[in-house]
Amino acid sequence: MTDTSISGTSVRMNAGTRIYLYVSLSLVAALVLVPLLATALGGFKSLGELRVNPFGLPAQWHWSNYLDILFGDRYWRQMINSLFIAIMTVFLTVVASAMAAFTLAHVKFFGAGQLLNYFLIGLMFPAATAILPLFIRIRDLGLLDTYWGVILPQVAFGLGMSILLFRNYFRNLPDELFQAAFVDGCGYIRFFWHISLPLSRPIIATVGIISFVNSWNSYILPLIMLNTETKYPWPLGIMVYRGEFGTQWQLVLAFITLTILPTVIVFFLAQKHIIAGLTAGAVKG
Amino acid sequence: MTDATATMRAPSATVAARKTRYRSPAVRGRLPVLLFFLPPALLLFTLFVILPMGEAAWYSLYRWNGYGAPEHFIGLRNFEVLFNNAAFSRALINNGLIILTSLLLQIPLAIWLATMLAHRIKGAVTFRLIFFLPYVLADVAAGLIWRFVYDGDYGLFAAISGFFGVVTPYVLADKNLAIYAVLAVVIWKYFGFHMMLFIAGLQAVDKNVLEAAEIDGATGWQKFRYVTLPLLGSTVRISVFFAIIGSLQLFDLIMPLTGGGPLNATQTMVTFLYTYGVTRMQVGLGSAVGVILFVICVTLAFGYKRIFMRHD
Repeated sequence: MTDTSISGTSVRMNAGTRIYLYVSLSLVAALVLVPLLATALGGFKSLGELRVNPFGLPAQWHWSNYLDILFGDRYWRQMINSLFIAIMTVFLTVVASAMAAFTLAHVKFFGAGQLLNYFLIGLMFPAATAILPLFIRIRDLGLLDTYWGVILPQVAFGLGMSILLFRNYFRNLPDELFQAAFVDGCGYIRFFWHISLPLSRPIIATVGIISFVNSWNSYILPLIMLNTETKYPWPLGIMVYRGEFGTQWQLVLAFITLTILPTVIVFFLAQKHIIAGLTAGAVKG
Repeated sequence: MTDATATMRAPSATVAARKTRYRSPAVRGRLPVLLFFLPPALLLFTLFVILPMGEAAWYSLYRWNGYGAPEHFIGLRNFEVLFNNAAFSRALINNGLIILTSLLLQIPLAIWLATMLAHRIKGAVTFRLIFFLPYVLADVAAGLIWRFVYDGDYGLFAAISGFFGVVTPYVLADKNLAIYAVLAVVIWKYFGFHMMLFIAGLQAVDKNVLEAAEIDGATGWQKFRYVTLPLLGSTVRISVFFAIIGSLQLFDLIMPLTGGGPLNATQTMVTFLYTYGVTRMQVGLGSAVGVILFVICVTLAFGYKRIFMRHD
């Protein structure tokens, strides 16, 4: 009884509805999970077993598929490359967009509105549209085949959304703070550093998560900018690995599983923040 | 402190009036902020986003292999070539198909799941997590996983068709089937994102309205059709917007699945740009694809915002 009065919408659900809900949801969940589980289990099988039994548990657990990858340096090198690129991307995106958004939100100057619109152009088209001129620019700057050739364009393409999120957040901070600080003789830069930033942890997390996930999963930019295999982040590395081992699916599956494992673990640990962060662009933007 | 803010707030009208006149000159360090805070973002954005886009428009008028300066001016020939190219037409059609699939299958699926998860049932949070999981995975990883699923020798499709005793279809190698296989993966990968938007949208729907409808004797479907769906309007519009823009830039997912093949059957605009522009260093042609993509994106974005999102 109390339950119905709290939930309000649905009076006590009848058994039929309940079964319908669980069956439908479980079916969709199975469609999501089966490919993932088959991939992880496939990494424990031999190729021959994969052929006859791709779904079930392995008859014999071949740990060596996984262990060989974990004890080789290829996997770790790719992870470290991806991590470095992602961390630098996050750091530069947060710093550059927070500073620009602060200026756009609080400092009155000629053309502020136009400048915001200028940054928002970046939201409308994907990096792929300008990928060839971008390649030529990076080449002419001598940044081809360096991490910076990937990082800087990634930061640049993340600025539109990040500036929008930061600016909306800064503008919603209570105006009294500014009045009080400015009357006390606090300048913009001190204000930014001592008041705006400490109050902005939620939005820094949001922007950080968006740019980290984008960078971590990014494929087309490193594909075009990097050509030394030791510098490859994991999405590129995994494609090379698959090209090398071709139809030895058991190895490829183990490699895929290990590369997505960090994402899955972090996702389940910080799911609330990650979901909020990744949908923030759509909800708040 | 409270006193100070109270007095600050009390004559808010006069403060606001004064603010426009006095605030700017009174605050110290306006110039340093403008000089230090704006340039990093402005420089990066101009150098790596705006200028390349302008250059794409410029290069698209040349035949150029990327070395030296673009000199061989050919006017609109690149665009002419593209519109007479079967693979590019295929790419445009495929991008259209992806948008249609997103709108007609993916978003309804997302709404359906979101409304189911709005019921207070045990395990709703877990289901939500599972459904969002594919969205967090990299497109490349998802593409490779599905390449395995579709594999006719070792994959899940081989086992399924073996179970039913039919000949194993090599879906990704079949030029008529491959695009549908890709579309299925697109739905698998992205429905969770849209579902999350709808869950957020549903939370904002006033429960009293639904209760009122229920008291008036509305059935489940009527409640959904005449109460929930209209109230979800702005979420639907946002979700459609993201589906369209996302569909147009699909690349990462296609490369591990088919690479645009077989026989260009699964090319999208961006895979076409990569295959014919980047790998063959046809800068002019590739830039022309970029310009077309840009025009489509901007037209859709502006047109859509104009027509559907005026009130949001």
